[in-house]
Amino acid sequence: MTMNLDINVEHLTRVEGHGNIVVNMRDGKLEKAQLEIVEAPRYFEAMLKGRSFHEAAIITSRICGICSLGHQITSLKATEQALGLEVSEQTVLLRKLLIHGATIQSNVLHAYFLAAPDFLKVGSVFPLVSSHPDVVVRALRMKRLANDIGEVVGGRAVHPITPVPGGFTHIPSADELKELKRRLVEDMTPDLLATVETLKTLAGEIPQFERETEYISLRCDDEYAFYDGDICSSDTGRVSDAMYREMTNEFVVSHSTSKHCRHNRSSYFVGALARWNNNHDKLCDLALQAAEALGLKPGCTNPYMNTIAQVVEAAHCTVDSIRIIDELLERGLQNEDPDQEPKRFGTGVGATEVPRGILYHEYTYDRQGRIIKANCIIPTGQNLENIDDDMKKLVPEILDKSKDEITSYLEMLVRAYDPCISCSVHMLDVDFLE
Amino acid sequence: MAAKPRVAIFDFTGCEGCELNQLNFENQLLDMLEHVDIVEWREAMDDRPGEYDIAFVEGSLSTPDCIKRINEIRRRAKVLVAVGACAVQGGINGMKNTQPIEEVREEVYGKDKYLFPTLPALPLSAVVKVDVNVRGCPMTQMEFLKVFTALVMGKKPVEPTSAVCVECKLKENECVYEKGMICLGPVTRGGCDAHCPSFGQYCTGCRGMVPEPNLKAMEEILVKHGLSVNEAWKRLHLYNTHELEGLKS
Repeated sequence: MTMNLDINVEHLTRVEGHGNIVVNMRDGKLEKAQLEIVEAPRYFEAMLKGRSFHEAAIITSRICGICSLGHQITSLKATEQALGLEVSEQTVLLRKLLIHGATIQSNVLHAYFLAAPDFLKVGSVFPLVSSHPDVVVRALRMKRLANDIGEVVGGRAVHPITPVPGGFTHIPSADELKELKRRLVEDMTPDLLATVETLKTLAGEIPQFERETEYISLRCDDEYAFYDGDICSSDTGRVSDAMYREMTNEFVVSHSTSKHCRHNRSSYFVGALARWNNNHDKLCDLALQAAEALGLKPGCTNPYMNTIAQVVEAAHCTVDSIRIIDELLERGLQNEDPDQEPKRFGTGVGATEVPRGILYHEYTYDRQGRIIKANCIIPTGQNLENIDDDMKKLVPEILDKSKDEITSYLEMLVRAYDPCISCSVHMLDVDFLE
Repeated sequence: MAAKPRVAIFDFTGCEGCELNQLNFENQLLDMLEHVDIVEWREAMDDRPGEYDIAFVEGSLSTPDCIKRINEIRRRAKVLVAVGACAVQGGINGMKNTQPIEEVREEVYGKDKYLFPTLPALPLSAVVKVDVNVRGCPMTQMEFLKVFTALVMGKKPVEPTSAVCVECKLKENECVYEKGMICLGPVTRGGCDAHCPSFGQYCTGCRGMVPEPNLKAMEEILVKHGLSVNEAWKRLHLYNTHELEGLKS
């Protein structure tokens, strides 16, 4: 047995943002096992102060490229609640379609480009171009279509243009939506089935590791919650999104420029696996079949299975995108102007499920419609304490393995959370001192 | 056949949206990979070797460690390309520069403010020589493809100098001002095909200023269309604090 062990992975690869893994063991006693977040702080709160409500979503979108759509939608919901702006049913449908596109793109990117190289024991996706060309071409085709949803509806996949407070600046045409639907049916659906087949052959590479924890996600009665819902904890049940501070309890630790969170236990989990555990009863049949084929069961406590839950969600988002497009076409698309006349100036909260978990934005506006107070709590920040707790349980269980293998298990663990470190170090927090 | 150019991709302080946009060339990515060897890309791969023909760098410089790393990258790269608003002109991170840094740190971390060092957010060109710019927030994809193709062919890419308005007129868009909104198109550098106005949104100035912008006239137009002088300058500063502060002095 290894009595002394020092692991220090600097600037972990294949994750979004900058983080180090540090493990120290002395005489068989674990002294330290943690993910250090070394991303440069960006101080978004200073940037938002005094900014117009027209700019809030434009600015917070820049917290993170990968999660830009999620930040925009969450920001718009907070602003609309604070200013009393109404949105139409068409706006809600188009936003849900955008979220599906962004979720498919992010989940596919993670499963194929960031996580799969671990299962195939290569350093990146690039060697797979020659060894598994059909798989890479399939992944690119799926990603392209998901991004095209963002381009058709949002004007751009990264930092979308058209979603604004009160609605959209541009409405897609019926023909554009029909073409998206055709590709979702003819390309994406078979590609998802093929993805499940590919993953089945790699299932043996997913480490067996279990740790019970608290799972937090949105939940609503009539659908698998992404856009709206109550905050739901697997330990304590449902509360309204206005209670988000009680559900997150942010605190500063010296090894991370991102704040950590906790709720009912020492840590909690957000993201695809939390959504699966809390809301699997709301998934469509195709997604449930994918879950069964890949061995994902309700009440799953293996964090490495988060990647599998992401693929299951991609199936659900595909089927639900087709449903939304059908509904939009049936209603007939209206060229509506966004409602941008504030009815009041106060505080509003937005809570949305973005690919990496539940995201909260809260703003307070002055009577000129300028931000005086802002708070954002990011999925990756919420997961950091849970990752540290996982590492503390995992390391003693795999001490019979070589140092390289232990390092690889730890890297795969962190990657399974699909952490978005740019987001978590957005630092958009404390109340402004006027 | 000559050896393929060795390409490396780096990120500093920013959202990594420009890098994501490089992975979003789904239709061209495999063709692009045939013409270069990607030798270093933390976001997508494990390897970390030594020298490169072309380095694409995203993000602004905002910590002492950033300054050290960019100097090292510059030493190893024959051609250094700044990708996106943060790298080219400081971008959105620059907004914090006009506020006292101690206040900014205290607002976020409270009594723990000294745990994490920070500097004003700088574009790459404030610290090292930059050979080529790919502008935009996120970087304009067609501009990146043009620059990529030119560099692979051994040519020097040409940077656009006309305003967004020129491209907007060519697309026969209705002027954003006619719709009762404001727009920064008159002073913002083109090359994006007026993408935002084409989708009904105003130009937010993400590609930086045209050479020698007439800022006095821009201020007058913005005020004429309902903004206060203070608000007009805030809009102009969104992506361009570093550049505008430089023009002032």
